[in-house]
Amino acid sequence: MSAAKSTFADRLLGRVRLGGLLSLAAPILAVVFAGLITSVVLLITGAPPLETLGIMVDYGVQPRSIVLALNLASGFYLSAIAVAIGFRMNLFNIGVDGQYRLAALVAAAFGASITLPAPLHIAAVVLVAMLVGAGWASIAGLLKVRRGVSEVISTIMLNAIATALGSWLLNKDRLAVEVAGSNNIGTKPLGPSAQVSGIALIPGSPLKVNGLIILAVAVGVLYYVVLNRTRFGFDLRATGRSEPAAVASGVNVKRMVLIAMALSGAVAGLAGMPILLGESYSYSLQFPLGLGFTGIAIALLGRNNPVGIAFGAMLWAFLDVSSNILQLHEISPEIVQIMQGTIVLSVIVAYELVHRYQISAEQRRVSSELAGGTQVRAEGASA
Amino acid sequence: MLQNRFGRLTATALAGSMLLGAAACGGSEEPTTSAKPEGGASSAAAPAEKGPKVGLAYDIGGRGDQSFNDAAAAGLDKAKTELGLADTKELEAGSGETEAAKEERLRLLAQGGYNPVIAVGFAYSASVKKVAAEFPEVKFAIVDDAAATAPNISNLLFAEQEGSYLVGAAAALKTKKEHIGFVGGVQVPLIQKFEAGFVAGAKKIKADVVIDVKYLTQPPDFTGFNDPAKGKTAAEGMFDAGADVVYHAAGGSGGGVFEAAKAAKGLGIGVDSDQAKTAAADVRGVVMTSMIKKVDVAVFDFLKSFTSNSVKAGTTVYDLKAGGVDYSTTGGQVDDIKIQLDELKQKIISGEIVVPDKSS
Repeated sequence: MSAAKSTFADRLLGRVRLGGLLSLAAPILAVVFAGLITSVVLLITGAPPLETLGIMVDYGVQPRSIVLALNLASGFYLSAIAVAIGFRMNLFNIGVDGQYRLAALVAAAFGASITLPAPLHIAAVVLVAMLVGAGWASIAGLLKVRRGVSEVISTIMLNAIATALGSWLLNKDRLAVEVAGSNNIGTKPLGPSAQVSGIALIPGSPLKVNGLIILAVAVGVLYYVVLNRTRFGFDLRATGRSEPAAVASGVNVKRMVLIAMALSGAVAGLAGMPILLGESYSYSLQFPLGLGFTGIAIALLGRNNPVGIAFGAMLWAFLDVSSNILQLHEISPEIVQIMQGTIVLSVIVAYELVHRYQISAEQRRVSSELAGGTQVRAEGASA
Repeated sequence: MLQNRFGRLTATALAGSMLLGAAACGGSEEPTTSAKPEGGASSAAAPAEKGPKVGLAYDIGGRGDQSFNDAAAAGLDKAKTELGLADTKELEAGSGETEAAKEERLRLLAQGGYNPVIAVGFAYSASVKKVAAEFPEVKFAIVDDAAATAPNISNLLFAEQEGSYLVGAAAALKTKKEHIGFVGGVQVPLIQKFEAGFVAGAKKIKADVVIDVKYLTQPPDFTGFNDPAKGKTAAEGMFDAGADVVYHAAGGSGGGVFEAAKAAKGLGIGVDSDQAKTAAADVRGVVMTSMIKKVDVAVFDFLKSFTSNSVKAGTTVYDLKAGGVDYSTTGGQVDDIKIQLDELKQKIISGEIVVPDKSS
């Protein structure tokens, strides 16, 4: 597809490439945008921009903070990959949030109710989470295929239903147990055989990196391989680019929608696993919320590319982790959310601007070639 | 497009490293920057002699929620002036954050030399337990939780159902339409204690009074404690359905409940703080009474015991008897029924009435 004919969505989701120096211009522009806007916001709120960044970096490069950011990022990464799978096929799975929460809840309750040798136990919990996530997402897939319901609408609705279903299940008459004296309520903690031990990856910190970071890396590699090296991946991307063309080349689009939605949901189901298996060992009121929406932002930030998403997830996690240190220095922690939002918008705007520049540059080149007709051809011949 | 995948990949990788790199540039300013916050802290601490440095970790909402967190803040403020604290630091939770973020918050405080550290809200249960074990010399307190126990943790608990019982009775006495409402922030066991007490108190006065119950959000969505718009919508629904008194146990969302009450010419009942004093000025008039949960007293008492070296680890229950919960009379709107309310209060204190803490 030529850049001139691409739609905004194509450019947004990283389907159109930038040539040569322009591919460098976009990220630089994004950084300049984000830096400027954040500085203005910081100045308005009365915090010195450079000092604020200094505090964040100072804290962010400490081994402990790096571990915290890595642990946070593995969940973000899985969630963003789940979103990216949908994006690649023009499916907007807004329901990752509901999918991972429901999956984590059911998997936590299931995991606590069985005992198996360690690797099997972990695998069983992960499998259940994937199945629940896939099942929940498939509802939206089915609705789209059978009834033509936009998956954007249905997944948003399913988020609300997942929340309600989750709080119904999280009751001591059903999946939850009460802890004496606590106002918390959660599933029975997983036995030791389902607890994934941390890896001492970063020297200089007693904190360990969540063992499920391996799962995140594996999913990233798998995402890349399946999408770029298999027939299925080709079909998926082809359907995303142009449905009529995909149909013409023999792709069963309805089947692809169902499979892509289920796959996205299955990976979404994994998003809660680093926290469940490596940190909390139980799904309680404290289980983090909103991973799915963070995933959407990170998928956009990483432009659906497995490596880009990894950078995006780390950046996001680093900003989240630094919110506590900002508060210690009397800087409002909401600055972090503003920064995150600004960065996503900057990346989108910068890439779009550079794309447009590329398109108009191409058009100028073509028109000057046409105007200067023979001369250009003569030069070309001599060269 | 396919063969250029790699170009896109490098571009994206660059984008990420650039964003991080940009941040790193700011880091070169570091020597001048890190000096300043410390300087600010020490100059602030200068007038006080050498009292304790107190760290406070709020739940979602933080200082300024006009309710639960503000009550804790009031206790801290009182202690600051009366006990001569050297320095205080207040950190606040973000919505939907992980357990690790809570732990890190407490750890940063303990590491920064803040002792004692007070965790406001049951959400800190697991993290206090973990961090308290890492810092055995630091005293911790947690509000609303008895599950985290250690030799250096004090658990400050409240009998919310007893105070709610009294305002439930007040609502039933004041309603003209025999129809009242309860707006809970988030449907969690803690808030269900408020509901249980409120319903029991109202039914005690009028067995057939209609009580609408609505929770703003379901866990794990905790925004119900911090979303006035949701509170307003829920309360509007109740007033439209015929209620004329609505009690809220919804933290920062309560402001919306009062706005709805004002618009419907109904009455609201506040929670945690004396909201006839703390709510936005234009809606104070509709706050008939408040179920005061004296988190400020608990926080102050704890800090006082710290300065006098008599911190008691384990559970302290602030109930009606201990004056830890009560109803407020600011504005004089419940003066006419005060006799009946005080009678019920005495019965609860004497044990004649046992208020349920779970809804039936």
